[in-house]
Amino acid sequence: MSKETFTKLTATAAPLPIENIDTDQIIPARFLKATTREGFGDNLFRDWRYNADDTPKADFVLNNLTYADARILVAGKNFGMGSSREHAAWAIHDYGFKVVISSFFADIFKNNALNNFVLPAQVSDAFLAEIFKAIDADPHTLITVDLANQTITLANGLSESFDINTYKKTCLMNGYDDIDYLLSLKEDIKQFDLAHA
Amino acid sequence: MSTPTTLFDKIWDAHVVKRAEGHPDALFIDRHFIHEVTSPQAFDGLRKRGISVFNIGRTTATADHNVPTKDQHLPIKEALSRHQVETLRKNCADFGIELYDLGHPFQGIVHIIGPELGLTQPGMTIVCGDSHTSTHGAFGNIAFGIGTSEVEQVLATQCILQYKPKRMRISINGKLGKGVTSKDIILYIISKISASGATGYFVEYAGDTIESLSMEARMTICNMSIEMGARGGLIAPDETTFNYIRGRRFAPQGEAFDKAVETWRTLKTDEGATFDRELNINAEDIEPMITYGTNPGMGIGISHQVPNLSDIPESELASYTKSLAYMGLEPGMDLVGKPVDYVFIGSCTNARIEDLRQVAEFVKGKQKADGVEVWIVPGSVQVANQAKAEGLDKVFAAAGFELRDPGCSACLGMNEDKIPAGKYCVSTSNRNFEGRQGPQSRTFLASPLTAAVAAVTGKVQDVREFV
Ligand code: SF4
Repeated sequence: MSKETFTKLTATAAPLPIENIDTDQIIPARFLKATTREGFGDNLFRDWRYNADDTPKADFVLNNLTYADARILVAGKNFGMGSSREHAAWAIHDYGFKVVISSFFADIFKNNALNNFVLPAQVSDAFLAEIFKAIDADPHTLITVDLANQTITLANGLSESFDINTYKKTCLMNGYDDIDYLLSLKEDIKQFDLAHA
Repeated sequence: MSTPTTLFDKIWDAHVVKRAEGHPDALFIDRHFIHEVTSPQAFDGLRKRGISVFNIGRTTATADHNVPTKDQHLPIKEALSRHQVETLRKNCADFGIELYDLGHPFQGIVHIIGPELGLTQPGMTIVCGDSHTSTHGAFGNIAFGIGTSEVEQVLATQCILQYKPKRMRISINGKLGKGVTSKDIILYIISKISASGATGYFVEYAGDTIESLSMEARMTICNMSIEMGARGGLIAPDETTFNYIRGRRFAPQGEAFDKAVETWRTLKTDEGATFDRELNINAEDIEPMITYGTNPGMGIGISHQVPNLSDIPESELASYTKSLAYMGLEPGMDLVGKPVDYVFIGSCTNARIEDLRQVAEFVKGKQKADGVEVWIVPGSVQVANQAKAEGLDKVFAAAGFELRDPGCSACLGMNEDKIPAGKYCVSTSNRNFEGRQGPQSRTFLASPLTAAVAAVTGKVQDVREFV
């Protein structure tokens, strides 16, 4: 993979104030047939975004030009539950989002996002409500996500910090992936494999 | 004296190749399963790096998600599905991995074939690019779903990097009521703790109710651990486990088996070991269950009604009303008597031989209701052959049910088996998400028994009145 990194982003955000958004909504199964990682963005939230005849649904946030430049997706609690399909993270990344903010993430989605340089930033329910309020008041409001300092800051100055484990933080900031590290352990793994044959 | 340890910790710790400051554990993986949907990009990654598979003997492949369930011997009609299965073929051939392809006697849904071939064994670490890998935990191992980047890690190094999750124990004790099955147990648990209630945890199921269950029934429970957010669930192995594994194709044989059993017997949580969370459930409280909403946590006992708006916390009201609107249901209504259009008996949750037997036993001599379409999709070629050997196919045919070829089918509607928009389906699968079984499809998750009753009556029913 290309050497992508994530350090800091200031951008507008698309609001999706729905809870329990599952990976089947993020990318429905019938669009999982590609054998590459590219192109999934077109089908991100496919069934919420398009009618059965492929015309866009006017009231869906991604079809609203106001949010055309959004690089941050803000979603309700428990984002990404369900399937382990990494295609969900690929679709979000391919669409152009760099950060997903929610007050709770499903485990596998979180790993998949991190492995694709999409930052899942978990905030409190109260702060999430503040973000939705700020976007509601001004859809062009800028949000700053600072990975080094682990903070999210709104245009009105409100700020909250988020957790991320140091290992993944280092990977994101430097463009490392897990395989590089695991390959460096190859001799240890060989020994282990032999002992557990 | 060593501190009392959970079974989960014992297996995990025994598989840590390296635990380094500032890094997640490098966890060795004993058994890796792959299928056509989540593996192609992983193989591409290997090619780009110019590396081979670390240990081909530890990975097994099958084609299941995309495959047609009719005329499986013919080439796949749909071009993209065909390409994906062909890509799996090419990747397995190029890298030397065993593939149970269409037409192979071992083909089937990945989580059904692992156990039935004896590849799934106690004490192992097992992963697959599929969230229902949790199924294998029924044999007392650590089994969980991973993303494609992690599939690549396993192919490249037989390890993945993981932080250890927290531990939860769910103990179920007491006798199950009439018509209540393991599917009802797990739907009940999820309805109690919600679709995200076990996120961050690995669950051990324990208690005398669990001990009384067959391996098939235990797999149904572990399968749906992910539906409450848990990475996986496991059950300590016992005589039921050993008897199931004995003689299976890839299980240790003869003396080696006896030796293995000796080790497997030690796989238990120690008395006094602590869990981060404990939940106790009384089996007598569990009714036949059904879901009414668009996540598996939205389930009720069959004698209950769809929750009223006043029962829903303010913060969840918007999502709740959206979900009911999608399902075409009203708050406060009964589901008993609700007409259904389709019945799907299949998936890695409930497409094993025991499920088919249970359905056949109820259906024998009965007819499906007019206007209901019933699909029975066995979990594997071996299940299908067994069903035929026992004459279950004749029972289904006489009832007007269609017995199809094995695969994931309408569990996720990647092939042509889709529930049409607006139609209701009683399904033995594990997810009732919007559009899961086809765009705008409406799913009621239930046990095979509840599904069988719906098939012959054309309605959602309380199975206790029929068995
Ligand atoms: S049967 Fe359904 S849940 Fe199971 S592996 Fe196939 S698609 Fe996934």
